[in-house]
Amino acid sequence: MITELIDVHAPAIDVQGLVKSFGDNEVLKGIDLTVTKGEVVCVIGPSGSGKSTLLRSVNLLEEPTGGKVLIEGIDITDPDVDIDRVRTRIGMVFQSFNLFPHLDVMGNLTIAQQRVKKRSKKEAELIAHAMLDRVGLAEKADAYPGHLSGGQQQRVAIARALCMNPDMMLFDEPTSALDPELVGEVLQVMRSLADEGMTMLVVTHEMGFAREVGSRLIFMDGGYIVEEGDPREVLGNPQHQRTKDFLSRVL
Amino acid sequence: MSLRRTTKQKLYRYIVYAVLIAIVVWALVSADWAKLGPLFFNPEVAVKMFPGIITTALVNTLWFTAVAFVGGLLLGVLLALMKLSEIGPFRWIATAWIELFRGLPALLTIFAVGFILPIAVGVRAQELGGPVVLGLIGLILVASAYMAETIRAGIQAVPKGQTEAARSLGMSPMKTTFWIVVPQGFRIIIPPLTNEFVLLLKDTSLLFVVGTFVWSKELTTFARDASTQNSNGTPLIMAAILYLIVTIPLTRFSAWLERRMARQR
Repeated sequence: MITELIDVHAPAIDVQGLVKSFGDNEVLKGIDLTVTKGEVVCVIGPSGSGKSTLLRSVNLLEEPTGGKVLIEGIDITDPDVDIDRVRTRIGMVFQSFNLFPHLDVMGNLTIAQQRVKKRSKKEAELIAHAMLDRVGLAEKADAYPGHLSGGQQQRVAIARALCMNPDMMLFDEPTSALDPELVGEVLQVMRSLADEGMTMLVVTHEMGFAREVGSRLIFMDGGYIVEEGDPREVLGNPQHQRTKDFLSRVL
Repeated sequence: MSLRRTTKQKLYRYIVYAVLIAIVVWALVSADWAKLGPLFFNPEVAVKMFPGIITTALVNTLWFTAVAFVGGLLLGVLLALMKLSEIGPFRWIATAWIELFRGLPALLTIFAVGFILPIAVGVRAQELGGPVVLGLIGLILVASAYMAETIRAGIQAVPKGQTEAARSLGMSPMKTTFWIVVPQGFRIIIPPLTNEFVLLLKDTSLLFVVGTFVWSKELTTFARDASTQNSNGTPLIMAAILYLIVTIPLTRFSAWLERRMARQR
């Protein structure tokens, strides 16, 4: 049982010397990052800086080329670790939502609960209803993803992740695929999650969210963490030239 | 003359319709009905076909098709997954299988299973279930090869994000395949699968090469034998109509399903 190996004092996420190459292309060049429980860490940076790859390495959607990724003290790069088990503790939200189009909202929210957590249908639906309520979509249980707006789909995707009772949530540019008027509803849900103390690692272009909700901001460029610190500090008074250049382009 | 474009288009369409109708009418009128009628549309012969042509022939055709389709589908899923497997030997076996049974005429495969297999195994055909079972095995082999390729294409058409989402929820590769990828792949391949079904329905007519009993005749064999016995082509026309009665609603149903799935996406 993996539960017994979890070190309650260990950081939620501990990335050590992470290197990732795609062929000859080294995307991550040695990343060290620790996220303690309850922290909301936002990652910004130009496209191609490796921020999404970093996030995807944290739940092993990308297999690291070098370095370690520890989740609550467990090194998930160890091939003997039951990664499926660890992943149930890590909620993941994608840019393109990735809801299951052949299942209605309730099906999307219950399938992993039933197939992975072995919950009964009744119990899974009870939890699903509670999570749908939490993202403000209680009345959409019977809808198919194709009938929902982008903002609603993303909120369902967040609810789907929450149904597994994760200890932490990863967000990969959760609002980048949304029409501007739909961004707010998703950020609102993420904000409420942060307020409830959820540990979050968020790759985003929403500087407002990073400033107001983030407890720490990381700026990545060229496969390195260039700068990190209090969001207000980094955004208001960046220390590195590359950070300044980037911020002057996006702010 | 300056007609509006829509008026002009309508006019052209009416001309095309008129020409088509004229051709059909001409074909019907100029055919030698005095000869065709008694030979191919003979009511007396037609009446004699009932109920056998329905209760034996049509029922057998549907049964054989269903068995070959389900068998081919199950084997096809297995072959498709093998072909997509990371394990080399699985891929090789699946590839060889598919190439072999797709490359051979269905008739030869059925013949081979019916006659070569029993000798190879060293028993009499009866001990392997008799000609009907052997013929169906042959048909399943053919069906599996065609369907494997269709299913593989369907599975590969499911976006990678679906697998990533499922794996991120802690689902194993097996559960992801079974609950997320395969169901979506199948929605994509409903039209080609319907096509396979129609092809199989027609291929059941090849089962005669392994031999038939009175009870095991399907539509074509039944009609051909009846046609010989009566020296009359009417049974063949009846069989043709029965094939169409099954296949046309089927393709309509598939088109309807496809539209419904498109809305769901």
